[in-house]
Formats: sequence, C-alpha cells, structure tokens
Amino acid sequence: MSKPKITETLDRLSSKKSVKYGVYLTAVIIFLALILLPPILGIIIKWNAIQEILDRPELIARALNAIENSFAVALLVSTIDVVAGIPMAWLITRGKSKWLNVLDTFSDIPFIVPTAALGYSLLLFWSRSEGISSLFGNPLVSPGWLLVILLHFTFSYPVVVRVVVGALLDYKMEYEQASRTLGASPFTASRTVTLSILKPSLIAAFILAFSRSISETGATMMVAEAFENGPVFIQKMKDDFLAGKVSQTTYEGSIVFASFILIAISCTIFAIILILGPRLKLPTKKIWPTFERKLSYSTAAFSRNSITLLIFFTVVLIPSLFVALPAFEAVFTQTLPNALSGLGVWGEYWQSLILSYLLGAVVTVLNVIIGLPIAIIVARKKFGTLPSTILDLLVNIPLIVPSIALGVSLAIFWKENFTFIPETWLLIFAHLAITYPYFVRSMSAAVERISLDLEEASRTLGAKPLGVFRTIILPLTKYSIFSGAIMVFTRSVSETGATLAVVTTLRTAPVVIVDWVKPKVPVPPATPLEIGLGCGFLIFFSFIILLALRLIVRGKGRY
Amino acid sequence: MPDVRLVNVTKRFGKIVAVDNVNLHIHDVEYFSLLGPSGCGKTTLLRLIAGLIQPDKGEIHIGDKLVNDVPPEDRDIGFVFQTFALFPHMNAWDNVTYGPRVKGFNTEKASTIGHEVLEMVRLHERLDAFPSELSGGMMQRIAVARALAAGAKLLLLDEPLGQLDAKVRNELRYEIKRMVRDLGLTAIHVTHDQSEAMAISDRIAVMKKGKVLQVGTPQELYMNPQSIFVAHFIGESNFLEGYVSNMSVKEALVELRGGIQVQVVCKGVERGERVVLALRPEAFVVEKKIRRGKNSVLGTIERITFEGTNVRYEIRLENQDLVVIVKPSIIEEWVNVGEKVTISFPSEKAHVFAYPEAGLREEMAVE
Repeated sequence: MSKPKITETLDRLSSKKSVKYGVYLTAVIIFLALILLPPILGIIIKWNAIQEILDRPELIARALNAIENSFAVALLVSTIDVVAGIPMAWLITRGKSKWLNVLDTFSDIPFIVPTAALGYSLLLFWSRSEGISSLFGNPLVSPGWLLVILLHFTFSYPVVVRVVVGALLDYKMEYEQASRTLGASPFTASRTVTLSILKPSLIAAFILAFSRSISETGATMMVAEAFENGPVFIQKMKDDFLAGKVSQTTYEGSIVFASFILIAISCTIFAIILILGPRLKLPTKKIWPTFERKLSYSTAAFSRNSITLLIFFTVVLIPSLFVALPAFEAVFTQTLPNALSGLGVWGEYWQSLILSYLLGAVVTVLNVIIGLPIAIIVARKKFGTLPSTILDLLVNIPLIVPSIALGVSLAIFWKENFTFIPETWLLIFAHLAITYPYFVRSMSAAVERISLDLEEASRTLGAKPLGVFRTIILPLTKYSIFSGAIMVFTRSVSETGATLAVVTTLRTAPVVIVDWVKPKVPVPPATPLEIGLGCGFLIFFSFIILLALRLIVRGKGRY
Repeated sequence: MPDVRLVNVTKRFGKIVAVDNVNLHIHDVEYFSLLGPSGCGKTTLLRLIAGLIQPDKGEIHIGDKLVNDVPPEDRDIGFVFQTFALFPHMNAWDNVTYGPRVKGFNTEKASTIGHEVLEMVRLHERLDAFPSELSGGMMQRIAVARALAAGAKLLLLDEPLGQLDAKVRNELRYEIKRMVRDLGLTAIHVTHDQSEAMAISDRIAVMKKGKVLQVGTPQELYMNPQSIFVAHFIGESNFLEGYVSNMSVKEALVELRGGIQVQVVCKGVERGERVVLALRPEAFVVEKKIRRGKNSVLGTIERITFEGTNVRYEIRLENQDLVVIVKPSIIEEWVNVGEKVTISFPSEKAHVFAYPEAGLREEMAVE
C-alpha cells in the first residue's frame, strides 16, 4: 500500500524549516490582517472624530455612564455566575442520577438560542403579560437594569458551567479523597483542596463570562429600554444617526470614544486578573469543622441541589425557551401554513435563515483552516515563549470588544478603504473575528493536553512534521475540533450586534428577528405568533444541527 | 484499639466483580499486607476500608464499630496514596498540619503535632517546600507524615513505595515499618511486590481476581502454599504435571510425563487424578553422577546464571520438562553447561495440587 503521492510530497515538504515556518507565518499574518488589525485600525482611522465628542460634556457623561454600567453588570454577573455555576457543575459531575446527562444537555440550550431571540424571550417571560407576570397582574421585572442582569446571567451561566464541568472532569479525585481521609468533611475538602486546585479554571470561567457580558449587544438592546450600557449606547447612537438625529461625526466620535474606553478598561482588567490571578489565594487556612460539617450532609446538600436546579430552570432554561411557546400555539393556526409556504414576512425569513446557516458553515470551515496553525503555535510555543504568549493574549482581544463596536469599526475599515469588497465578505470577516478566539482557545487547550512524548515518539519512528500532525494531533484532537466548531457555528448563527453594524442589505435570521421585535416602522411587520414561530424555527433547526453534530462526535476522540 | 473485620464484602464495577465476597480479620497492631497482581482488587479493598467507596454487600468493622455508613473523615484512618496526593497548592508544613486543622485542633496543638511527625520522618528542614520541589522519597515521607499527623491508629497504605527508585524503596519500607511499630499502629499495606510484602508484613493476604486465596505469615505462605497461584506468586516454584498412579496412607506415587515415577507426601488425592507438583528451586539436590534412586531424575544443564549470592541452573529433564534450581554460589561444586546430572528431592518437599480446570498457564497468570 503506498500513500497517495500528494500526501507524501506534502509530508516531505513539511520537514523543510522554510515551509513549516512559512505556514505558521501565513497563519499569523492572516490573523493580524483579517481579524486583529481591521477593527483596531477602524477606530484609529476615525480617531479625529473624538474631538467632536470631547466638546460635548453631556455626551461624554452619557458614554462614561453607559460604560460604567457595562462593567458593573459584567462584574456582578460573572461573580454570581461563578458562585452559582460551581454547585451546578458539581451536581452534573458528581451526582449519581442518570437524569444528570439530560441536565448536562439542557445546560447548553441557552447557547443555541440566538441572542436576539434570547433577549426577546426574556422580555416576554419577565415583563410581558404572556409570561410569569401574568401571575402577578403587573410586570414582575420591567425592562431596565434588572432585566439586563437577568439576561446576562442567563447567557453567561452556561459558559461558566461548561468550563467548570470540564475542569472537574479532568480533576484528580485523589486530592479530595486524601483530604477526606485526613478528617475533612466534604464541604471542607471541596473548599480547601478542590476549588483551590481548580482556581485557574474558575478564573478562566470568570473571564469568559465577563467578556461575554461586556460585548453582548443584540439581546441587551431588547431588554434595556432606558438603561444604557456601552453596547446599547453605541447602538442608540447608530439608530439616531440613521434617523438623522445626530451628525455623522458625532456618531463616529461617540462610537470611537466608547469603544476605545471599553477596550482599554477591559484590557486593563484582564491584565490585572492575569497578573494577580496566580497570586490570589483562596482562603484555605481557616477552617470551621463543625459548621462545614453541617453544610456537607444530606439536608444541606439536598437544599443546595434544589436551589441550584430551581435557579437553573426558572432563571436560565425556561426564560430562554419561553419565546418558543407561541410557536406551539402557532402550529394550530394559519400561521404555520403561511410560514411554510413563505407568505408575507416569511419569504424573507427563510432566506435569512439559509443565509445564517450558510454563513455559520463558511465561518466554521475558515476558522478551522486559519485557526489550527495558530492554536499549535500558541500551545507548542513554536515562536519561543514570549511571542507565543503575546499571540495568545492578542487572540483573545476580539472576545472583549463589544460586538457592535467590532462591527462598526470593521465596517469603517473595510468600507472606507476597500470599497470593492462585497458585503458578503464583510459579514464573513465580522463573524470570523468574533468566533476566532473561541476556536483557537479550545484547540490550543486540546493540543496542550497531548503529551509532547507522543509527538516525539512519532518523529523517532520516522514521521515528518505534517505526518505527526495528520497521524497524532488530528486524531487525538478530533473531539475538540468538533466541539470548537460547534461553538463557532452557534456563536455565528446567534450573532446579532456586529451583524447589524456591518450590513445594509444582507439580512441574517437574528437581524430579521430584531426587525420583527423592534420594528423601525410604525406598523409591526409580524404578529406575536409569527415572532414566536420564527424564533421557534431558529432554535429548533439549530438544535437539530447541534444534535446531529453531537451524534457524529459522540464516543469519538475520547482517549 | 483498631482491628479490622471484613464480612462477606463484595464490590462490583459494572460487570466486573472487583472484590468478591471477602472475609478477613486484621488484628490490632498488626502489619498486614494485601498482595496480588494488578487488577486483583487489593486497592479496591483498601478503599472500601477507608470509605472512599462503598461495598455492594457485606460489613466492614473498624474496632467494634460497623462503619459501612461512616464517611471516610469519621473512620479515624490515615491513608497514604500511591501518587502521594500531596496538595500542590500547599507547602509541606500546611500539608502535614492539614489533618489537625480540619479536625479543629487549635493552632498550638496542630503545630506541636506537625513538628512531631516531621521529626519522625526527618524532614524538618524542608517545611517551606512545595510538593513540586521535593524528590520522590521526600514526597513519600511527607505523605506518611501527613497521614500520621491526623492521629489515626489505623494506617492504610496503597502501594506507598510503588513510585520510588529501588534503593529508596528498600530503605523506606523498613522506616515505615519501624514507625508503625513504634507508634503502636495497625497498618494495612497494599502491594504487588511479593518481596516487599514478605519483608515487612506480620501477615499477608494473597488476592487474585477479587478473592482472597490465602492468609498467613510470610513463612506459612512460602512453606505451605495452598494453591498453585500462591506457590507461583510467592517466591519461585517449578511445576511438574503428572497423575496419581498409586496411593498409600500418607504418600502418593505420581507418574510425571515420560513415565518418570516420583513419590510425594500428600493427602486428599485419588488414584488416576491429574495433579501438579510444585517444587521450590532450593528443594533439589544436584549430583554430577548418574544414578537411579527414589525421586531422582536425569537431566542436562541447559543454562547457568551467576546471580552473586546464588547460582541458578536451568536443567532439561529427560522427559523434556524444564526445572530451575538455585544453589548458594560459594558452597557448590560448579557444574557446566551440557553436563549430565541427577537431580532429586525429598518426598515431603513437593506440594501437590489438583490439575486446575482452566489449565496451568491460566491458573498462574498474573495479568
């Protein structure tokens, strides 16, 4: 059996230093040129517009106030996330019931609900007469800061749970068992040993939740009403500009100002976390044996689990899916046949749905191609320790930029300098920039977990570098590539903020739903039943695609 | 005072029966070893005693208390893990004083205990070091010190020396034994290394496939193995197949392959039964001259290995069976490869077992 000639040639080529570094360098250049620099340059191009806003203290005060709100919400929500996420992750990984598998799958659902639909869903559930408010007669939670906090909790909680579950699964139980045999009650053991050892993962979870909260735009717009955080401020300025209420320079100036401050403060906060994180010690010295023992056994554990599940169902799961309820109702009315035959608003809806999924697929494939080499550079420190670490940090920047700010500055950069670039490409670039960190992060973590010994063994047996990648790295990280791809795909399909900012004619499904829910024209284009059904379809198809991907991946790649 | 009693203890993992209806009594202040090949259930048994896992059936008593439903922290045990499981985020001192602290002792008492146990393992100068900065032997001693500091009278050791170099391993095994004796503890030590178990144990339980095959002192197990597996696993044995051709009151005449007749002391076998004889390498007499006599067989030296203290002969018998014979190297008259010799053994030195149903190879398998 001979290898196909092309593989053989490529393998041989890959052992040449120039070719190897050529590939890595190309990946880095693509990363810089397509993902990192355009949004930054977009801001820099319009730097002068800041002058405009500096003369308007009331606008500055408003922007700063909005940014303050952003960080207050993000800090509060990510702290609650970690505190509430730990017991949930604990329950999923340590519980004995078979239902926990189902719970594990449920906890992913808020991932697949497009953020715009998620925002609308929460609005219905908490504030409108259709939801929980019907039990109380008046809105339980009015749109505003409290609803924004609830919303941010809903979409960032699953992220935290996922990260902590992963960490707990990798954790060596022996440490906790050692603690138990030395006389510690389960609560003391978890607090003084397990959580301390898992600290890096808890910090990572906090950072993810934090950046997600800082950058989320689409859903926040839906529920914010008068409350303004950074992204909502930018969106409102854009709306005002489109409506002719503010001049172009004021609009650009405030966007550049707000984005710049958001990014600068986020970077500072992350730098502080990265520097102080490893030094931060969880308090393990002080121990309260009797009290902690009480917290360990049946009654306390039972109430802890009950509260965790109650929070998960009432604050996360049911509000996320609430929007799909009218969909069930719609099934029995004329709405469904209308929808299926593409009448009225539905023709555009189906087109947008197809565009969303195609876009998701293209972005996913591109991510795998241009993200893998970077993941390997970061994981294996191919360019030396310092450059690789810097690259690692740079990759994360798009995570913390508000998606609307990212979209706006991308639009400025591409549209003003490269007018020939079609909008489709712009859309792809925007989604690529937003999803790229997710893929590279999960891949580089996966590559890092593969022992270097395996690669070296493969080399000593005669494999060329590309051969090592093909026969060792790829098969061993297959599962992570898939799960990274799933993350990229769902993130792209649900992306709203940046999409709104870059496109003028193209409309993805979340954009259409935003239009339905927050109509710009006096007469709403869609009835509540139609909105419900539209969201329902989006959730349903996304769920089917995810389920299919999971079934393909299941049981594979776990060694 | 802690003795440990296991009554009909069974533990399953899915379809695998890891511990199969085990009954054991470990006495107070005894150094007891659980010995067996990997996967025999010895570690599972130790974890059951510690309460890290729960039995599916049976009772576990520590002292006069039934502990089935008692969580590990209330069993008053010390446990030394194979990987040591030193908390990576705490230095040696915090590791060692962890037990006293979680038990709610005041700082003064905790620190007194800490100094005592560190003194005992002679690692006082390294109390600021984190586990990653310590050598294997030091980590092991900190792990033992930590287990002792919890003040338990029952020490459970799961392959505590498995990760160490041979020299360190030999030193530490006696050190642990000494501490256990000095402190008047009961120790249960899991190992797959029969020489380690023989060297330190008061009694040993030999396990295979979840069952305890034999319990006894090292001498009893060596001199009087009650199964082919124990004869094979403890020390070294030659196994010769044959069948019983005649019986008297105390002795049996066994016909080996090739029609060689030997006489052995045994009970409980029947005429015509297929049997296996187990003979220790040092049980034979080797003579250069060829002679026919009781229990003597002719053979040819096939290989000689000089091992220092001993010389090891591999001898091909006239019926093509191979036996290994070990002789002290200084007293023997040397024999050369290819020489014809007569080997013989006293009839009471052979252990006679019924031929195993699954076959001899399967019966001896350690994996």
